Amino acid sequence: MNESLSWWRPVAPWAISALVLVTLPLVVAGNGTFSIINVVAINIVFALSYNMLLGQGGMLSFGHAVFFGLGAYGAIHAMNLIGEAGYDGHGFWAFFPVYLLPLVGFACGALAALVVGWPFCRRAGTAFAMITLGLGELVAAGSQMFPTVFGGEAGVFSNRMVGPVWFGLELAQPADVYWFMAFWTLVAVFAMWAFTRTPLGRMSNAVRDNADRLQFIGYPPRNLRFLVFIAAGGFAGLGGGMAAVNYEIVTPESLGLLTSGLALLMAAVGGLAVFYGPMVGAILVTVMNSLLSDYTDASILYVGLVFLAVVMFAPGGLGGGIEQVRLAWRRGDLGAHLPGWLGGALAVLLIALGLVSTIELVYQISHGRDKLARLLGLEPDPASPLVWLGIITLFAAGYGVARVSGRYREARA
Amino acid sequence: MLEVIVFSTLNGLLYGLLLFMLSSGLTLIFSMMGVLNFAHASFYMLGAYFAYALGLHIGFWPALFLAPLLVAVLGAVVERFGLRRVHENGHVAELLFTFGLAYVIDETVHLLWGSIPVSYSAPEALRAPLFSLFGTDYSIYRGVTMMIAILMFVALWFLLKKTRVGLMIRAALTHGAMVGHLGHNVPRLFMGVFAFGCGLAALAGVIGGPLLSTEPGMAQSLGPVVFVVVVVGGMGSLLGAFYASLLIGLVQTFFVALDVSIGDLLNGLGFAVDPYGEVTGITLASIAPMTPFILLVLILIFRPRGLMGELEP
Repeated sequence: MNESLSWWRPVAPWAISALVLVTLPLVVAGNGTFSIINVVAINIVFALSYNMLLGQGGMLSFGHAVFFGLGAYGAIHAMNLIGEAGYDGHGFWAFFPVYLLPLVGFACGALAALVVGWPFCRRAGTAFAMITLGLGELVAAGSQMFPTVFGGEAGVFSNRMVGPVWFGLELAQPADVYWFMAFWTLVAVFAMWAFTRTPLGRMSNAVRDNADRLQFIGYPPRNLRFLVFIAAGGFAGLGGGMAAVNYEIVTPESLGLLTSGLALLMAAVGGLAVFYGPMVGAILVTVMNSLLSDYTDASILYVGLVFLAVVMFAPGGLGGGIEQVRLAWRRGDLGAHLPGWLGGALAVLLIALGLVSTIELVYQISHGRDKLARLLGLEPDPASPLVWLGIITLFAAGYGVARVSGRYREARA
Repeated sequence: MLEVIVFSTLNGLLYGLLLFMLSSGLTLIFSMMGVLNFAHASFYMLGAYFAYALGLHIGFWPALFLAPLLVAVLGAVVERFGLRRVHENGHVAELLFTFGLAYVIDETVHLLWGSIPVSYSAPEALRAPLFSLFGTDYSIYRGVTMMIAILMFVALWFLLKKTRVGLMIRAALTHGAMVGHLGHNVPRLFMGVFAFGCGLAALAGVIGGPLLSTEPGMAQSLGPVVFVVVVVGGMGSLLGAFYASLLIGLVQTFFVALDVSIGDLLNGLGFAVDPYGEVTGITLASIAPMTPFILLVLILIFRPRGLMGELEP
């Protein structure tokens, strides 16, 4: 790499991201697409905030949705306040644009983490996982008891077309909301990346790796965990604020275990060890969820299988894989590794095809209709042995390719 | 009032014993392998569904024995080819694996049996009343369920305390490496315990399915409560899990049965508050689902090793 270009290296990812965000509306069209992109943006922030805990701080949380949901509730109540203040035109909220609501979400999430976090951060590991699980269930169940705050089963709804408008930035169509999402995603991602560069961010890695040693050096691990916990809660709340503006409704479901699980799923599929991993995971899982659910009722099963496969066979996640390729490319020995990796990818593809066919066929047998197969132009007959033979062939071929490419990789390593 | 107390005690005991059947396997797995098996309640659900599906062909009683066996075999396969593989990546990876597994099992059940409850019920003969109190019948099936749960507790206790395998398991709980050095096959022991624990969960599903309802949400509704039992009872303590299950079962049942709000309680204690306010109007029945988690959070803050445990998780 040319020495005179070295200033470009740290700036490049941000410049490229900004460019992609600006050009995206030129390429895609239609409110449906923008809706998906907006959800992707929310999930990117949510998954990254989750990774501040798990990937960087070594704290496995099953209650992260609490902060996401409380941030969303804070933002939606603020939105209602803005709407009410709009009638008489004075007071603080009359001058607060909806555009800044994610800040309210951040404050609510961070505050909630500040209030509950201290007793939780004594230990990492299983104890932390269990206590956050308890917190999540507690808050989700408790939210049903206070209908004036949480809106009961139906949730709290609002209208984002209120309050002052800055620079003509309206929030009417999903395409308008896109700019809001793009702005806040960029801000949040940059802030979370900057956090990893602060001394606190570095210390959180140290807590993850060796808490005892840190204690000896004189940094109480509990204080560090607590600070990271607050920051992560804040960014989750920011994501919640974005969600409140996007959906204009917040339900108690957003506080529950399923939402927490989604954060974990996205972060782990994308890869915990790489900063951009959870972003990749968020994009993949969100797109899978929203596209597949149009074609098959087994979409959650597919997401679960992808997650399981990543945990078993690629602990580094997708981000880890990308990083491996990037490093090999930089070292200049990509050519030597590529056939082995492509072979592995082919094996995964074959086995995945086999699995998808099996699941869809089983589905066809038990429910009698199958949209995904018809989409692919297939009308398979589950009674025909030929179909099953084809599936077995797929599995066998996948296994064979996996063995051969595995041996190839071992020989090259 | 007496009627409420007697029946709530009976139902609470029953629920607690079911919880114990579910959590005893998890306690063993947790304390031996350090893995909180997120899919444990999913195996419980599989037990109920397998028993339902088998019962359609071979009848209730054979299914009662066959379904847990099938689930145990499935558990062994999961341990051998899944969990053992991720074991080297640490506890977090194992937790993630079981978390994903729970997703996959729950969705597969959705796929195979649909999202509405299936009509899995106890045989006609067992639905007759065992006795009648205050004009309410108590079915034979409930009595049988209690008996099976208590028999299981005794058998488990005997297995762990009086047999050679139990000795090995107890040794491996605390000194896994040492047991391995003495020439015992610890991974196989792990597999056995995992399979056995899954089988116990399935047994709970088989007999609990007709009492609670057999539907795809049953794992998700009971799963977190089972964790609470294991953590509150203390790592590796069967007796602790037993007490914790009964405690949670009784507290939940009584909270549901008592038609009292927080305001009523405070007024009873001599405070004068509005019994229909936002906070004071909350009934104990609506707090009932939260009680296990309040207990969990309090225990983890004030007594992290649980009621009877010797080690912190």
